[in-house]
Amino acid sequence: MLDALFSICLLSLYVSGLALLIATAVGVPIGASLALRPVPGQRLVEGVIYTGMGLPPVVVGLFVYLLLSRSGPLGWLGWLFTPAAMVTAQVVIALPLVTGLTMTAVRHVNPDLRSQLRALGATPLQVTWAMLREARSGVLVAVAAAFGGIISEVGAVMPVGGNIEGSTRVLTTAIVLETRKGNFELSLALGGALLGLAFFSNLLLLCLQGRVNR
Amino acid sequence: MRCSVFSALLVPVLLLGTSAGAGGDDTPSKAVSPRTLRLATTTSTDDSGLLKAILPDFEKRYRARVEVVAVGTGQALRLAASGDVDVVLVHARQKEDQFVAEGHGVGRQDVMYNDFILVGPRSDPAGASGAATAKDALAKIAARRAPFVSRGDDSGTHAREREIWASAGIAPSVTSNWYLSIGQGMGETLLFANEKAAYTLTDRGTWLARRSGLPELKGMVGGESISENRDSQLLNPYGVIPVNPARHPGVRLDLAARFVEWITSAEVQRRIADFGKEEFGQPLFYPNSATWKAATQESAK
Repeated sequence: MLDALFSICLLSLYVSGLALLIATAVGVPIGASLALRPVPGQRLVEGVIYTGMGLPPVVVGLFVYLLLSRSGPLGWLGWLFTPAAMVTAQVVIALPLVTGLTMTAVRHVNPDLRSQLRALGATPLQVTWAMLREARSGVLVAVAAAFGGIISEVGAVMPVGGNIEGSTRVLTTAIVLETRKGNFELSLALGGALLGLAFFSNLLLLCLQGRVNR
Repeated sequence: MRCSVFSALLVPVLLLGTSAGAGGDDTPSKAVSPRTLRLATTTSTDDSGLLKAILPDFEKRYRARVEVVAVGTGQALRLAASGDVDVVLVHARQKEDQFVAEGHGVGRQDVMYNDFILVGPRSDPAGASGAATAKDALAKIAARRAPFVSRGDDSGTHAREREIWASAGIAPSVTSNWYLSIGQGMGETLLFANEKAAYTLTDRGTWLARRSGLPELKGMVGGESISENRDSQLLNPYGVIPVNPARHPGVRLDLAARFVEWITSAEVQRRIADFGKEEFGQPLFYPNSATWKAATQESAK
C-alpha cells in the first residue's frame, strides 16, 4: 500500500503541477493582455472567463472524454486513460481561473506606471512584463487558487483518467474508491495526504513570492 | 504580444505530448510496449478483488498489462461502444445482448455467476423474510409502503431490481415516497439502507464484504449462500465481450480474444471458484463458462 501511496501522490503532483504550468504559461500573458489592451467584445470575453471559473469539473471531464474518445474528434491522439488526458482536463479548469484573476490583478496596477514606461520608450512586451511584476501578488493568488482547484478535483480526472491502478490513479480518485469500498479511515488518511501536499506546494509558492519581493 | 501568446501555447502542447507516454504506458497509436489490454468492468466486480487476484496470471502468460477501468455497467458498455476499451466484463444480460446485436461486440460468452439477495431492517416491517421469492417480498414491501432504496444508476443490480418489480406488476416511482432512488454505487446504497432502515437489493459479494458495518440490516431473501438461494430471478450471470474491431479500429482483438480464452479456461475457472472461500467461508463467484461446464460434465461421467 505504501509504495502505491507514493506513486499516487507523485502522479497527483505531476498531473496538477503540469496542468498548472501550462495554464500559467498560457493564462498569465492572456490575462495581462486583456487588462492592458481591451479587445472588441471585451465584456463578452470577461463574461466567458468568469463563467469558466465556475465550470463544474465533472462537466469538463465529460467534455474532454468526448473529445478524446476513440469515437471522438481527437481520439487519434490516444490520450484517453493516460495522464495526458488528465492534464488536459485540469488545464481547462485552471485556465479561466489564472486568466481572470491575472486580468483583475493587472488592471489594479497604477496606470501611471504604464504611461511612465511608454514615455521612457519601453516596448509593449516590456510594459506588459513590468505591469505583471507590479501585480505579482495578485498573479500569485491566481496561481494558488488554480492549483487548489485542480489538486482537489475528481470530477474531471475520473472519467478521462479511468482511475486505473498503477497508471492513472491519483489521490482524489483513490479517495472516492476507498470511500465507496467503505474504508473510511484510509480515505481520511489519503485526504490528509492531499491536504499536506497542497499545503507544502502553497508554502513553496509563497517562498517564491518572498524571493521575488526582495 | 501575439508572438508571446503563440509560443506560450506551443510549449505546453509539447509538454503535454510527453505525458501521454509518461503514465499509461501505451495506446495503440503510440506503441512503447504494444501489449496493453483495456478491460471495462463494473465497480462491484472490481471491488470484490477477483480481478486483482487472477489477472497477474494472464499478464505473465501473455506478457501483457491489463488496465482495468471500473465504472457503472452503463458506462462500461458505453466505453466499449465508443471503442475506448478492448473487452468488457459485465452482468446485465439484456444490455449485453443489445450491445452485440448493435455490432459493438464480437460474441458474448458466459464467465461466472453470483447472486443477488434482498436485505432489509431487522424489524422487517413488511414481513419480507417470510417470502419465498424476491418478487413476493417486493410485493409485500410495496403493499406496506416500507422504505426501499434503489441504486437508480442503470447498473446490473438496478436493471435486475427493475425486472423484479416489473414481474411483480409494480411500478414504483420517485413520487411514492417510500421508494428512494439515490443514483449511487452498491456500497453507498447499503450504507444508506442501514441509516434509513430500508430494504434494498444487493449482490452477495458486496454484502459479505460490508455486512460488519451494516448492523441494522439482515438478509431477507436468498439465504446465506448461493447454494441456499432458491430464487432463480436472483441469479446474476456475468458475460465477457471483446469489442468489435470492424466498428472500432484500434481495439486489441488479438489480446481480447486471448483474454476470453483464458478467463473461460478450466484452470482459471477453478481459480474463480476458489476465490473468497478463505475470507468469507464461501466463494464469491461460481464458474459458468462453456469450457468449465463441459469439463465438469466429463468428470461426472
